[in-house]
Amino acid sequence: MQECRIAAHDIACRRGERVLFRGLSLALHPGDALHVRGANGIGKSSLIRILAGLLRPFAGDVARSGTVGLIDERHALDAHMPLGRALAFWQRVDGPADNEIARLGLSHLLDVPVRYLSTGQRKRAAFARLLGQAAPIWLLDEPLNGLDADAARLGEALVGEHCAQGGIAIIASHQPFTLQGMGRLELAGFAP
Amino acid sequence: MIGGLIALLRRDLGLLLLGGRRGGATLPILFFLAVAMLFPFAVGPDAGLLSRTGGGVIWVAALLAAILPLDRLVEPDIELGFFDQWALRGISEEWVIAVRMIAHWLSFGPPLMLASLPAAALLGLDEASLRTVELGLLAGTPGLAALGIIVAALTTGLRGGAALAGLLVIPLAVPLLVFGAGSLAVGGESGLALTGAVSLVLLAIAPFAAGAAIRAARG
Repeated sequence: MQECRIAAHDIACRRGERVLFRGLSLALHPGDALHVRGANGIGKSSLIRILAGLLRPFAGDVARSGTVGLIDERHALDAHMPLGRALAFWQRVDGPADNEIARLGLSHLLDVPVRYLSTGQRKRAAFARLLGQAAPIWLLDEPLNGLDADAARLGEALVGEHCAQGGIAIIASHQPFTLQGMGRLELAGFAP
Repeated sequence: MIGGLIALLRRDLGLLLLGGRRGGATLPILFFLAVAMLFPFAVGPDAGLLSRTGGGVIWVAALLAAILPLDRLVEPDIELGFFDQWALRGISEEWVIAVRMIAHWLSFGPPLMLASLPAAALLGLDEASLRTVELGLLAGTPGLAALGIIVAALTTGLRGGAALAGLLVIPLAVPLLVFGAGSLAVGGESGLALTGAVSLVLLAIAPFAAGAAIRAARG
């Protein structure tokens, strides 16, 4: 895995007229995992988007080395396409990496159009897209939403393996996320 | 990066070309032909009047047809999260838009030029006018495609964006219409050259204007 690092220095986030959090700093090194926790609307998703570089922080700065893989509520899979073709598009963009279709339980769904898949199945497809990207930094926004108990364990295991191989994972979720040695960050502590 | 752009172009062509999911081509062409067919009904069977005004009608119909696919050009990919995922992979919005412009033009420029043949027959255009119309469309439709993408990106996420996009395109397309249809009246190449020049300007600014609009919509 390529060398990776992500650090945020004294960042603040403002949405509309409201400051969601401020004074937040973090630094993660290869193998680190961080669980960002907090109630709905506290700014978890905004933090993920800021760390991904998709949203500009109101103050502070973010430094990254290594590509970012993102899972959020928008899975970037064409709804009308069979799952196999929707994932094949990303494989053409990302290059040939194993996206562990069988392990994610998607093998029998490859012919099914994405719009007929359930929420949990789509989430598993998003994991397949993420694995195929082979990015060292994973930013996951509510990755366990909609997953059944077995799939949630699998999601946790995948994050564990990713970190064991020297990757970084930041998980924003209000749900518990079980992973040994995982850091925790309560976003409520940074509310103004 | 290049491999990614080729994958992008393949996807865009699959979505936008004839029979594609976002059915870019079919509906605007049928709409274009419908306008060309209705016009003789409305003004009556005066062959002289029809052939004098026919070229202009084709241009107006082409402009209106170019408005139809606007709401499917940019917005669905933003809602599905494609632009975010491309940005993370270092494929900038400018590249995505440049590729989409090619696919969008292919999906409506050449079909429109083909559809102009039956339209010219319906309107009784002579051979010289038809040639000028075809050359004018060849020079002007890339500009219409670029303009459509810019406006589609600017209006994305707005309430009533589709209707607003249509209203915005019309005044911005006036230069193309004036030069394109104007080349018929004087029968000269200068009109065609100016149409091409307007198209080139629009093609050059479209990736940057649309890219900036998409990034701004993210905030």
